[in-house]
Amino acid sequence: MTQTVTGALAMDEAGIEPDDVRPAGPRERRRPGLPTIYWVVIGITLLPIVAMIAYSFNVAPHHRITYVWHGFTADYYLHLTDLAGLWQAFIVSIVVALASAAISVVVGTPLALALERFRFLGRRVVSGIVFVDIAAPSIVVGAASLSFFLTVNLHTGFLTILLVHVSFNIAYVVVTLRARLSGMGTVLEEAAADLGARPLTGFFAVTVPLLMPGIVASFLLALAMSIDDYVITSFVAGSSTTFPLFVYGVKTGLPPQVLCFGTIIFVVGLLLAFLNGAINRRGRG
Amino acid sequence: MTTIDTTRITLPPAPLKGRGRLRRMSVPYFLALVGSAWMIILFLIPLISELLVSLMTGNVEAGYHLSWNFGVYAQLFGPHADVPYALFLGRSLLYGATATVITIIVGYPLAYFIAFRVKDRWKTPLLSLVMISFLVSFIIRTDMWVFLLGAQGPVISFLHGLHLVGPDFHLLGTSGAVIGGLAYNDLPFMVLPIYVALERIDPRIFEAGADLYGSPRAVFVKTTLPLSRSGIFSGILLVFIDCVGDPVNAQLLGGKATYTLGQAIQDVYLTQQLYNVAAALSTVLMVALGIILFAYARIFGTDNIEDLV
Repeated sequence: MTQTVTGALAMDEAGIEPDDVRPAGPRERRRPGLPTIYWVVIGITLLPIVAMIAYSFNVAPHHRITYVWHGFTADYYLHLTDLAGLWQAFIVSIVVALASAAISVVVGTPLALALERFRFLGRRVVSGIVFVDIAAPSIVVGAASLSFFLTVNLHTGFLTILLVHVSFNIAYVVVTLRARLSGMGTVLEEAAADLGARPLTGFFAVTVPLLMPGIVASFLLALAMSIDDYVITSFVAGSSTTFPLFVYGVKTGLPPQVLCFGTIIFVVGLLLAFLNGAINRRGRG
Repeated sequence: MTTIDTTRITLPPAPLKGRGRLRRMSVPYFLALVGSAWMIILFLIPLISELLVSLMTGNVEAGYHLSWNFGVYAQLFGPHADVPYALFLGRSLLYGATATVITIIVGYPLAYFIAFRVKDRWKTPLLSLVMISFLVSFIIRTDMWVFLLGAQGPVISFLHGLHLVGPDFHLLGTSGAVIGGLAYNDLPFMVLPIYVALERIDPRIFEAGADLYGSPRAVFVKTTLPLSRSGIFSGILLVFIDCVGDPVNAQLLGGKATYTLGQAIQDVYLTQQLYNVAAALSTVLMVALGIILFAYARIFGTDNIEDLV
């Protein structure tokens, strides 16, 4: 009560009408501006996704997607392998994605630990390389990688795709895990050491389980980054073709099977995201 | 009470001598060895040697040799260049900058809405919805826009139906389509870091601002905006670099008049096979980006750049 009085007095002195002063929170919450912007943007975001899913079920008389709706069919999902080259490219992409994600997690996890938990000579330099690896434009990385492979006479193909995908994925793994490690602190590891655990025992009994959600998340991120990369891969692919390269190479309208594979990747990605979220929630609860 | 930086303490305080100590000291090097070596050999060395490749002369058949041909830069970007690479670079930078500004204008309200205007349990789902386009292959996403924005496509038909545009109106092949594609594809890269920065702000600051008779606008301009600066900077870093170098949006959504440096690098390298020219173009792109971002960081001030990604 007194507060209101002094507040009113202060406002009076300052020449402010009480009506002009409103608490920032509740009043603004009623304004529809922000939610409207949000949902309009999400609508636009979903537009090409919905179109992709819908047109993957549309009958395409000339094996190219058309604007006209010719009728619903799941036929293209049953004949995914009909389009020469597409499913082979898809398999290459899946294999590269799984292998590069696995290797980059195996190589990147110790590196993240070293950078986050130790001081050593060259720490800042390595940390800087990780940063540049993420920041550098793909087009430059692709061109540079191809120059390098030509210089060392390494035949471009599956192997070079894998090598390059690992080297950009390591950076994503390191950044994801460092964030996780710095949030974790070292209290539990110290407790393990106090209880007589050797460093290696402590590492496998405490650090790895705590880090597991981060490892899974960085694996999934690496998977997504690899399967989606077009620019860098276009330089180092040689005669190999990945899924994005195949899709990019289609000149006269998309074949419906491309949309089927796109939809499959989308649904699997969605499931993995949900699964990861659900497991994390259970782990916390 | 003194605070101890626990993140830096890893060794149990047992005294270590001789070989044990040496072994302990070598641990980080073992941990970092493979990953660092991989990135140095397959990322850093190629990146730096690209500069040397640009100074070579030769051709694909006869091979290239290092001749310290600095003239290539004047030849490509000078006033007598055969192909207007300087124009392509300028166009790339302009497209990248415009797309970045659009992602800030669109992305900031999104991040703000999720950070401050919804209940906690809705934050993750709403944020995931922003990032949902990442689950669709980048090329397909862009190809679907080509499909939707095409001359007979639904967007143009809709605009025709409302008599908003003339019969010759088209979207594909225009700068607008390319910039829109860039902004669409990179919007999540802007929303995410801004959201993270906004989430860190203590909401009591708004109360303090309101208690001090700050209008909502003043509170926003004087506290929220400065406190989210690091997020905006990370977003700019990610979006601007990615957009300036991107060849895909310009290739698929653009036309002859929207040719960018990214496309030029790809064509010169993969089609014309002029390796030294491609290397020179990508070196110029890297340097231009470096200068712009460094200048931005100096003018607007930022913390340690590495911490921002």
